[in-house]
Order: sequence, then structure tokens, then C-alpha cells
Amino acid sequence: MENHVTATQNAEPKPGRSGASSAADTTSTAGAAALPRTGSSGRLGNRIFAGLSTGSGVLILVILAAVAAFLLYRAWPALTAGADTFAEVDFMSGRGLWAWVAPLVFGTVLSSVLALVVAVPLSIGIALFISHYAPRRLAQLLGYVIDLLAAIPSVIFGLWGIQWLMPLVSPVFTWLSTRLGFIPLFAGYQAPARNIMTAGLVLAVMILPIITATIREVFLQTPRLHEEASLALGATRWEMIRQAVLPFGRSGIISAAMLGLGRALGETMAVLMVLSPGYAINLFLLQPGQHQSIAANIASHLPEAGSTGVDALIASGLILFAVTFGVNLIARWVINRRAEFSGAN
Amino acid sequence: MTRVISRRLAGISALGALALTLTACGGGSQAADGSDSGDELTGTIAGSGASSQENAVQGWIAGFMETNPGASVSYDPTGSGTGREQFINGTVQFAGSDAAMDAEELAAAQERCGGDVLELPLYISPIAVIYNLPGLNDTHLNLSPSVIAQIFSGEITAWDDPAIAETNPDVDLPDLPIIPVNRSDDSGTTENLTEYLAAAAPEDWSHEPAGLWPIEGTQSGAQTSGMLEVVGGAEGTIGYADASRVGDLGSVAVGVGEEFVPFSPEAAAAVVDVSPPAEDASDTILTIDLARDTEASGAYPIVLVSYSIACQSYESAEHAEVVQGYLSYVASEEGQQRAAQPDVAGAAPISGDLRERVEAAIEGISAAG
Repeated sequence: MENHVTATQNAEPKPGRSGASSAADTTSTAGAAALPRTGSSGRLGNRIFAGLSTGSGVLILVILAAVAAFLLYRAWPALTAGADTFAEVDFMSGRGLWAWVAPLVFGTVLSSVLALVVAVPLSIGIALFISHYAPRRLAQLLGYVIDLLAAIPSVIFGLWGIQWLMPLVSPVFTWLSTRLGFIPLFAGYQAPARNIMTAGLVLAVMILPIITATIREVFLQTPRLHEEASLALGATRWEMIRQAVLPFGRSGIISAAMLGLGRALGETMAVLMVLSPGYAINLFLLQPGQHQSIAANIASHLPEAGSTGVDALIASGLILFAVTFGVNLIARWVINRRAEFSGAN
Repeated sequence: MTRVISRRLAGISALGALALTLTACGGGSQAADGSDSGDELTGTIAGSGASSQENAVQGWIAGFMETNPGASVSYDPTGSGTGREQFINGTVQFAGSDAAMDAEELAAAQERCGGDVLELPLYISPIAVIYNLPGLNDTHLNLSPSVIAQIFSGEITAWDDPAIAETNPDVDLPDLPIIPVNRSDDSGTTENLTEYLAAAAPEDWSHEPAGLWPIEGTQSGAQTSGMLEVVGGAEGTIGYADASRVGDLGSVAVGVGEEFVPFSPEAAAAVVDVSPPAEDASDTILTIDLARDTEASGAYPIVLVSYSIACQSYESAEHAEVVQGYLSYVASEEGQQRAAQPDVAGAAPISGDLRERVEAAIEGISAAG
């Protein structure tokens, strides 16, 4: 349905533009008294609009470059400093820059991956329900609700995590730890549930809307012909989805996941609120005081950091910037590679 | 045109004033005295620094502005380190700091002030060792410094440990694991507790005093509110927080000498009075070395002392007057009582003896040049 709508919207500008240019042609050839004024003002408007949109496009590049340059410039003293420079920085507790950043990068990635593991399958389910199962009214309503979820500020998610989620998951974690504690993943749970698993769950809820919205749009683009062909061959609805919708939407799912990952990597407040931080590299998902994310770490230590400490924190910010940038690059690459044989065209 | 000229003139005169201040180094007593009595103060001053003082400072500002509606005081709780930095580089006229300035900072501050610096212990706040044990939150558990140190370092792991039972013979201790909780951010509260543990229980606490918790792999929360969330979030937790924020949680009666003292404003003020002045203390720098290991009866040794830092002389007469007026109010009995109210900050009022010395120091604030 929406497929057609977007198609016509895309198609519309073309005739419009050609109409305008043909009008300009007639004015220039006919040279009627009234027409040149509209023609010139149209041309002026055209030029202004082109200038504005080009300006906006350039501006975003300039902003990005400025942020990168700022980070690099401010992080440079920390990046080039010797290991003993950081001895005075309390929160690095004697570690060098890289030994200090490594666990943070690990914690950031771990919490985001946990969030993705939970959020992506759930999002696919929700998106499929909206695009292929739900009655139209319900699908629309559900779409709105999901989009609304994206508008909730992260500090609210943090509060929600502390007040509601933690007491809820605590018995589950206790059970996991006592029954399956021999698996290192679940060993040593300690109440309250301020561990990387809880952080991952809160992040999962936070990135759910953006992933769901993207996947839903992709699923809606599945060519009708593919779906009908599948059904005509006697496939059930599930088989049709497996044969037509999911293969078509694969690159969309990946890019949606990467968008979600981008948000999860940079999330600060919620992680700060629900995690007992630590600087370890391990997979004890239920233990407190083992992991920390870069963004939450910056927020936590910036107020009391001295100048060397600020340098180190900005350097960790630069690394976060690089990681996020890398994730987006990979996502682009995956999408471009997949687009060729996704069967979309 | 005239506007430009007058502005330029103002600039020149400000430069002149600055030069005068710089040359008037050390003295600072050629004062515009006597302006603090009678007529109302007008002017704007800004301060920044320790977030521990924030509630008290808000109360003081409100109280000060009631009597001086023409004056305006603001305070930005940026943290002690930032506060001292901003004071030294002249961004703010006064600062709040949980720690006294070190020699280097003091020298820089004296240069900024063009004279002496005031460091006044005007905010005294007991820190409570808090716990969450349903049914026992109203009784103050008696814990000796050594037991507190062993609990926080993870050597005593259960609430029914014999060491705890020994000092609490009448209490039915639950069979619960102890979950020690600390602050995850750099905090004056943490520094105070670790300082106390290192001084009062050196055999059981091997870590250096620090603003960051020295033990890893622990439950922790950011800021006091985060700490309270964690302690309230599970049974068997033990942590520490500003005494005014204890709420429904239990708090420990700390072992001092032979007795056990729960926190109270009087007990907190008592330990400040028995503490000797710090090495670089003077008539204006009233810093103290807290006697953490005191055995004085009725003194509560886990105390946060937060200093108000100001210049003895200011370039602008307006700044000097408002700072002087504001600090006088803070040090006054009325100001201290205001901060002591539980719904303001629950601070401990300073003793009369300390007030006399503080007032003498504030008296000397003046405008230079």
C-alpha cells in the first residue's frame, strides 16, 4: 500500500519540474508582458532554494568535520602522552590510556550487543505483525505507539529500569545464578540487578522503536508479486514470509540493527543509572561492578576530572566516535553488498 | 558616541583597578569599611563548587535575599575541583569545596585575590553509614570502626557474623549476605569515609583515602541519589550517604572509644571542635585536620566539612560587600540553623567558638583600591 504512495510521491516532482521549465521556455520565447515577472521570481526562488538546501547539506558535513576535529584536537595530548602521565588521574587508577579504554570499549560493545540480541528478534516480530498480520487499524495504532516509544527521554528509561525492571528481573537472575551458575555467564549474581544484563535489557527497549520502524518500512516494500507467487504455489503465510518477505528485507534488517546499535553505543543516562560500573573484560553478565560503557563513564567522571583526566575522557569519546563511525560504515557496506542480490529489482 | 567613550573609560578604569589590586598584594586592608551596616546590599555575586553544600547554599541564599532583596547570589554545584578552579581563574567570587586547597592552589588563589584567601568551615555534615535490613532500620546497629572496615572490604560477609553479634547482643540479626555499596563517581563523601576507615581502623583497611572507591567489582551508584537507590533496592545492603538523606534506611551507631555514637548535629560539631587546625591554617584559613580516630565522648567522627572559599579583598566594592554580607549571614546562628533544618540540608551548626573566629575573618573582607 505505502509502496504505491511513496512511488507516486517520488514520481511527482518530475512532471512538476518539467512543467516549470517548459513554462520558462514559453516566457522566454513569447516574451509576454505579465509572464517574465513570474518567470524571474520563480528563477530567484529556485536559486534561493537550491542555495539553502546545498547549504544545509554542506553544513552537516562541516558540523561532523568540526566535531571530529575538536575530538582529535582535544584528545591529542592524551593520545600522545606517555603512560606515566595518567598516574595522577584518580579514575584511571594507574592504568595507561589503552589499558583503561579497552575495558570501556568492551563494556560498550557488550551492552549494545546484548541489547541487539534481545531487540532484533522482537523487532522483526513486531514489524511482521504490523506489516502482515494485524488488521489495518490496529497496525496503524501499533505503529504510532512504537514511534511514541522513541520519543521517551533516556533518563525515563533509566528510572524505569531502576524502579520497575530491576525488582522484576532480580528473581529470574537469582534463579539463573543458583541453577545455572556453573556456566560462567550466569555466575555470581548479587542483588540489586545492577549488571550489564539489565543495562542490555534497558537498552533493548530503547532501541526497539527505531529498529521496528525501519524493518516495518522494509517489509512493507516487499513486492506484491513475490508474495502472491509464493501463496499461489501453496505456501502458508509463514512459508510465504520466509520465502518472500524475510529474504527481501534482510539488508533492511541489518541496517535497522546497525541504526539501533548506533544508538545503544552512545547511550549515556540509562546505563549510568542502572549499572554498577567496573573496569573488567569478562562475560560475567550478572555480576555487579564488572563493566562500564564509554559514554556513561564520561558522564560519571567529567565533573571531578582534572585537565589530564578531561583529556583522557575526550580521548575515550574520540574512540567511541570511531567505533560508532565504524559500525555505520560496516552497515553501509553490508547494505550495498546485499542490495545487488536481494531480489529487490 | 558618548556611549562608546564611556564604555572605553570603564574598561580603562577597570584595568586601573586591576593594577591597583595587583600592587596592593598582601595587605588588602585599605578598606572601604563600615558599608556593611545599615543600608541594604545591592549587587550580584556568583559561586560554584561542592555539590554537597548545594542544599544548604540554596537555603542560605534564600535567607540572605530575604533581608537583602537588592542583592543576588547564585551557586552552581559543579563539584569541588571545578569550583576551586573557577575561583582561582576569577570566574566566580566564592567557591564551595569539600577539600582544603593544596599549597599550589592556595598560591594561585592568593594571586587571584591579590591578597589573603578565606577558607571557612561553614558546612559541617555528618555522613551516615546506612543499611537496609527490614525490621532493624529503626535500631542503630552498633558497629566498631574495625567491623565497618571489614564489612566494606568484604571480609565480613554475613549479617549474623559473630563480630557484629558481639556489639549488638539484644538484636536478632538476620541470616543475610552483606552487600557493600559504594559511590561510583569521584565523591567527597567517599573520600571522607575512606579517610575515616584508614585513620580509625588501619589494621583492617589497607587502602589509601581517595574520592574514588578503591575496591573493584562492587555494587555502586552515581551520586547520592544513585547510592540510595542501590541501598534501597535490595535487602542486606550497606552504604554511606549524607546524613540528611538517610530517610527510611537504618543508620549505624559508630564505635568511638568505649561507646557507640549515632550521628547527630551536636556529635558532628563536637568532632570539629576537638580537631586540631591544619598545617597551613591562619587567621583567615580555618582549615582543620579532622580527628577521625578521636575517643572524645559524644563525638561522631564521620563528618564532611565543606569550606566556603572567598577573597579577602575584591576589585569591586560591590562584590566585597555582598560576599561579606552573604558569608556573615551563613556564619550567623540564623544561617547555621537554617542549614540544620532537615528539609534544607540537615547540617550540623558550627559551635560558638568556631563562629567567633569565622566572624573575625569575614570582618576583614574589603574592596581593594
